[in-house]
Amino acid sequence: MTEHVVNYIYMASAALFILALKWMNSPATARRAVISGEVGMLLAVVGTLLKAGVIDYQWIFIAFFLGSAIGVPIAYLMPMTAVPQRTALSHAFGALAAALVGTAEYYRETPHGFVMVALVVETLLGFLTFTGSLMAFGKLQEILPTRPIVYRNQNIINLVLFVVAAGLGVRLALVPQDTWMFPIFAGLSLLFGVLLIIPIGGADMPTVIALLNSYAGLSACAMGFALNNKLLVIAGALDGSSGFILSVIMCKAMNRSFTNVLFGAFGQLQVAHAQLEQRNVRSATPEEAASILEAARSVIIVPGYGLAVAQAQHKIRELFDGLTRRGVDVKFAIHPVAGRMPGHMNVLLAEADIPYDRLFEMDDINSEFPQCDVALVVGANDVTNPAARHDQSSPIYGMPILDVDKARTAMVIKRSMNPGFAGIENELYYMDKTLMLFGDAKSFVGEIIKELPAAVRA
Amino acid sequence: MPSDLELALYVFMLATFLGLEVIRKVSPLLHTPLMSITNAISAISVVGAIAITGAGDATTLSRVLGFIAVTASTINIVSGFLITDRMLKMFKKRGPEK
Repeated sequence: MTEHVVNYIYMASAALFILALKWMNSPATARRAVISGEVGMLLAVVGTLLKAGVIDYQWIFIAFFLGSAIGVPIAYLMPMTAVPQRTALSHAFGALAAALVGTAEYYRETPHGFVMVALVVETLLGFLTFTGSLMAFGKLQEILPTRPIVYRNQNIINLVLFVVAAGLGVRLALVPQDTWMFPIFAGLSLLFGVLLIIPIGGADMPTVIALLNSYAGLSACAMGFALNNKLLVIAGALDGSSGFILSVIMCKAMNRSFTNVLFGAFGQLQVAHAQLEQRNVRSATPEEAASILEAARSVIIVPGYGLAVAQAQHKIRELFDGLTRRGVDVKFAIHPVAGRMPGHMNVLLAEADIPYDRLFEMDDINSEFPQCDVALVVGANDVTNPAARHDQSSPIYGMPILDVDKARTAMVIKRSMNPGFAGIENELYYMDKTLMLFGDAKSFVGEIIKELPAAVRA
Repeated sequence: MPSDLELALYVFMLATFLGLEVIRKVSPLLHTPLMSITNAISAISVVGAIAITGAGDATTLSRVLGFIAVTASTINIVSGFLITDRMLKMFKKRGPEK
């Protein structure tokens, strides 16, 4: 009897998850989406607690309490600039849970046949997503070097390791009673997760986080197959497809393939490329920048990861307000891979209270650059490099970019002339129409704001 | 009657297509909250973790692993949903008038 009730509860929960994702498609319904997801999860948990097999509640509730005691502060204390790290860390926790459940199931039941296959997939994906996400977290938090870590024969070593792990997995699926193999299998999966992520550079993190999101979902999905639980299959498949779509979007936005992101170690081969001759750039002071901005009719601001690093979003908001009050039309142009995860810039600007109808996607705003008086680049680099359009030897050739170089004046706030993360020289900086504003994004924008009223009085 | 495996595969296939269709419609504006809510939903493995931990015949090993798994997925669920909501609260159509 209860089993049937539980099944209906699970069904309702699955429906609520689907609605949650559906409601995420517009900011107007998105908060409803969260409630729907929360209720769905609550139903799933309550349904499971009602199950006939679940008898001992003591440890479950201690774990709920402990998990909440850690989870709540994470959610409320993390600054918005740290959202990518938090997401990576959260993936790690979810994947660890899936892997441990798989491990426990294995030792308890030693299942055979198809269930064992599902279990092997679940633990493989779970363990590799666990360590992979921890590595991604380390890189985003800058505990680990953000540059790709590479060594000789890296891809061959990774491939061999993966083949051995997968081979052990197949063998385990065929002969599950060989319990000595399981720890080796788990260990190799953990190691593979580490080796898979360390050669990936910071600029590729949006793709990688999306991919890890997908793996975490697929791991839960495999658990659904192992436990014959449709709710897990549905929720896992939804997450798996979500992460997959996002990583495809990210790859397209960089004009790169999956394999290239995973095995390419972006930012390594370009060292030779950075040996360009010393060329002249024009620089400007905050006063000059302020008077140009103040005289403009339309301004497009192009934010990038540097804005997040400098925590400059609130100063940008003040600039936005100051210019808007003077009748300047201010828009934001957001490249799909700006920042360290998909949509990172939108969240930061929303945090600073910039209305989201002023944020535009690349395809929607690129046609407006030629008519715009000033394009102000704050902490973005490669996504504005015109070399992507014409220089076939450039590593970023073919990548869709924001047409900042077509604006009447381009202004770039940058710390120094050091080439960015990928080590690629940006042609934009040497153009006659470009003014370089050297300094920390936050303090420079602050100084521009200070100069604005003075400029209006003069 | 189709076997459990066949049924599960059907469900998987349909859910994947549904997921692809639904997610495609999400505006890039909300990609970060989307990722954070799917992250919270992927912690549905809490279901398996609860079943393992609470089983009457649980061994010490499975209880310990289950306990860690419930804790880890609870962290994932709680922080995932709460931070998604925190982010979404910030998305406003127009700034406050002044």
